[in-house]
Amino acid sequence: MSAAMHVHPEVATTHEVHHDEHHVHHHNETFISKYIFSMDHKTIGKQFLITGIVWAIIGGLFSVLFRLQLGYPDQSFPILETFFGKWAKGGQIQPEFYYALVTIHGTVLVFFVLTAGLSGTFANLLIPLQIGARDMASPFLNMLSYWFFFLASVIMFSSLFITTGPASGGWTVYPPLSALGQASDGSKLGMDLWLISMALFIVSSLLGGLNYISTILNMRTKGMSMTRMPLTMWAMFFTAVLGVLSFPVLLSGAILLLFDRNLGTSFFLSDIVVNGEILPNEGGSAILFQHLFWFLGHPEVYIILLPAMGMVSEILSVNSRKPIFGYMAMLGSLFAICILAFLVWAHHMFVTGLNPFLGSIFVLLTLLIAVPSAIKVFNWLTTLWRGNIRFTVGTLFAIGFVSLFISGGLTGIFLGNSTIDIHLHDTMFVVAHFHIVMGVASMFGMFAGVYHWFPKMFGRYLNNTLGYIHFWVTLIGAYLIFWPMHYQGLAGMPRRYLDKSSWVSFSQFGDLDKMITVVSIIVFAVQLMFVFNFFYSIFKGRKVTTQNPWGANTLEWTTPIRPGHGNWDGEIPEVHRWPYDYAKDGRDFIPQTEPVGEHESKH
Amino acid sequence: MQTFFIVAILVLGFLITFQIAKASEYVAVLRGEERSRKQSNKINAFMLLMFLIIGLIGVYYCNEKLKGKILGAPASDHGVLVDRMLYITLALTFVVFIITQVALFWFSFKYQESDNRKAFYYPHNTKLELIWTVIPAITLTVLVGFGIFYWFKITGKAPKGAMEVEVIGSQFKWEYRYPGKDGVFGKKYFKKTDEAKGNPLGQIWEDPANHDDIYIAGEDLHLVVNKPVKLIIGAKDVIHDVGLAHFRMKMDAVPGIPTTMWFTPTKTTKQMKEETGNDKFVYEISCDQMCGKGHTGMRGTIVVETQEEFDAWMAGKKPQYATVMDAAKPAVAKDTTAVKPVAAVLNK
Ligand code: HEM
Ligand SMILES: [Cu+2]
Ligand SMILES: [Cu+2]
Repeated sequence: MSAAMHVHPEVATTHEVHHDEHHVHHHNETFISKYIFSMDHKTIGKQFLITGIVWAIIGGLFSVLFRLQLGYPDQSFPILETFFGKWAKGGQIQPEFYYALVTIHGTVLVFFVLTAGLSGTFANLLIPLQIGARDMASPFLNMLSYWFFFLASVIMFSSLFITTGPASGGWTVYPPLSALGQASDGSKLGMDLWLISMALFIVSSLLGGLNYISTILNMRTKGMSMTRMPLTMWAMFFTAVLGVLSFPVLLSGAILLLFDRNLGTSFFLSDIVVNGEILPNEGGSAILFQHLFWFLGHPEVYIILLPAMGMVSEILSVNSRKPIFGYMAMLGSLFAICILAFLVWAHHMFVTGLNPFLGSIFVLLTLLIAVPSAIKVFNWLTTLWRGNIRFTVGTLFAIGFVSLFISGGLTGIFLGNSTIDIHLHDTMFVVAHFHIVMGVASMFGMFAGVYHWFPKMFGRYLNNTLGYIHFWVTLIGAYLIFWPMHYQGLAGMPRRYLDKSSWVSFSQFGDLDKMITVVSIIVFAVQLMFVFNFFYSIFKGRKVTTQNPWGANTLEWTTPIRPGHGNWDGEIPEVHRWPYDYAKDGRDFIPQTEPVGEHESKH
Repeated sequence: MQTFFIVAILVLGFLITFQIAKASEYVAVLRGEERSRKQSNKINAFMLLMFLIIGLIGVYYCNEKLKGKILGAPASDHGVLVDRMLYITLALTFVVFIITQVALFWFSFKYQESDNRKAFYYPHNTKLELIWTVIPAITLTVLVGFGIFYWFKITGKAPKGAMEVEVIGSQFKWEYRYPGKDGVFGKKYFKKTDEAKGNPLGQIWEDPANHDDIYIAGEDLHLVVNKPVKLIIGAKDVIHDVGLAHFRMKMDAVPGIPTTMWFTPTKTTKQMKEETGNDKFVYEISCDQMCGKGHTGMRGTIVVETQEEFDAWMAGKKPQYATVMDAAKPAVAKDTTAVKPVAAVLNK
């Protein structure tokens, strides 16, 4: 009797070990094959996530540095000189340094964090688990996809340490500035490294994307028809389609730019006299690059947003204990966004001298995209309506996502209207718009995903209290930082100005800039706290003791608590219904694996 | 020292938070996870409601504090259209903003988990979905309609008799050219550019149309009030952008591809000084396209004045061609070094 009592606390753990030992693909794994050159989609997902986190810390730190400059343009911070030497002479951030910081901040957050770190992580982790597959269509290409990303990261990172500094022409790297070393130090070696790094990154995205598409199309388990897939899967699918069709265009732009830089071609260069030096190039078009860039660039913002939308749909539904409202409409709007995303790129170019008639077509198509966006918002709201909502940290981040998406989407309607965009283009208004709608909102989607699926990734929970603090400070901070920024933009204050004091028209926001800087430092500190929580909880977090901690319907929660390579012990379960049967016929939830009962009501 | 302090405080704050967080997890386990989960659920639901209320107050407060610092009255005819479009959009989006944000946070609060409620199985409703597809679509059509109408007005052809000025950007300054008495700009070719010889724009001196063109640099650009002006915009090295916040106008300056924009300034600089109560007021040209390390300081200034004032100013200007020829003549006759001082003056 007493022996039995002693054993009791260990039951949970022995149970797990038991599962672990029954991998389906049970090969002898070494440390290297298991954690480094792993072909297990779950491990690859974690690799993307952790690399993304590292980049997010770097990118975030950069933003703190340039916010210091913006908030306190005349103050000297000797510590900066200690760390950065000539880049921060006299403790003041030099213009070259400022522009390098902004450029790398933008690049790594858009591409390395919110593309690789977001869809790389969750497409890898969730696709096989939610469609019922043992792994990706090609685990090997999947592994390559990560290692190309890693290589791209190494090159980008190394560009931070060269004498002339990294690329510094903005994340959009418009030539001729980015093509001419004479015009800017950042356009010397740093720019070549940037382009090479991006080319490798694009290869990584393509390998990943093709894999996601073929896996979703071909490897769904029995009964998992396309319309029985969770919305996360649809979102990942459309994300991959967007990437596969648009990244090659950026690749071509990057390669042509490399040619212009190093081989004397004139794709983007014409009629240039730089610092008194007359260049021979004639006949190129600087605007052509912008078309190539934004043909990816606009879909890219949806590549960043769609996975977040998908995860938010899932998390909101699970935690309101209600089906997602309007599954088909959600799917249709994802599809519409995916198509329209390809047809609006020139709204970034209204004032480049674009033909006004062409401009008006892009106004129409751009504002059209607000319709599916609105549908999604209303459907999320209705999903919450008459639910029974559990505020897990993931849920809160999902709710925060919706709030931010509304705020930022609405300012898009200003910018998409070319008449208003004449005034607002390239001002702080644009910075506010895209940070809210893309930057912060997608971050929220990503956090929601991390908090929600952490138990599946590591068999442990993140600390809740730290999670709640993380959410509240980040939400409040995000609004404090970016909401007032719209006003600066309305005043016409250009973006990428590092000191407004010499301007009569834009120098009236000194206090505001200080406030924003202070808040961003606090928000950054709280993100570090999240990172701490993340790594601490991997090893010391509360253990997951039940297979399905959130009471969710989807397949990933039918795997063992710590699934091995191959995901399910024994057979892959068969699917009998859509994933959103919550609160149906008086039952809290009905997993997808449960056959439809005889007397069950139809929906 | 200050930095050290801040870091110390952050670290300390973090350690304390972490200890509390750890402790609260133990407490939760001891007291029963279900119970503490329910409690934190209530707290968070309440906080969401508070966030809505305080947030909306914050939006109002922010507007009160900052609305005086933006826009000001537009100083051009196009600016009036831009502002009108902006306020129409603002009104519509504000309504949507309030409705959706209130619904989001109110539903979150109202439908927080409770033992007495069962979630309502409500997977779809075609009629509702149709309504909120059609209403946004109609609203947006209205916005697109207004927008395109104004857009064509603004980007349409400049009226006959508009004054023309060329604006050229380069790292990190603005230069201007007036066509002179003949009203025609002489031809340019970038390979003719030679700052040292007084030809910073690459004018082709063989073209007689160039002989009366007035080159202006390092001083204000002068425009005439209530007279349409068409700017012909170019760049020498990288892309810049002519940003005119008070006129609500903006156009990129692209090397190799001239662009244009036109508008009618409706207020003189003097009037604006009175209106804004700021005797330092000046129309500024801000470079709005990232163009290198000096981007922040790429500032030009504009004076808007009456026709008489403008004519008086213009009367004092000498065509660049004459300046260059005057400089060249004695140089040919006497010694070649005489060119240099003139070139140095021109370079300033
Ligand atoms: C209602 C929907 C939206 C509309 C109508 C819209 C419209 C626009 C327009 C016209 C611009 C160009 C502004 C300018 O440079 O002058 C812009 C910029 C931007 N938008 Fe949106 N947008 C919408 C939603 C989104 C979403 C959902 C995202 C991201 C997920 C996004 C991300 C961005 C980014 C990153 C930029 C700035 C890029 C840069 O110049 O650096 N937008 N948006
Ligand atoms: Cu876009
Ligand atoms: Cu500039």
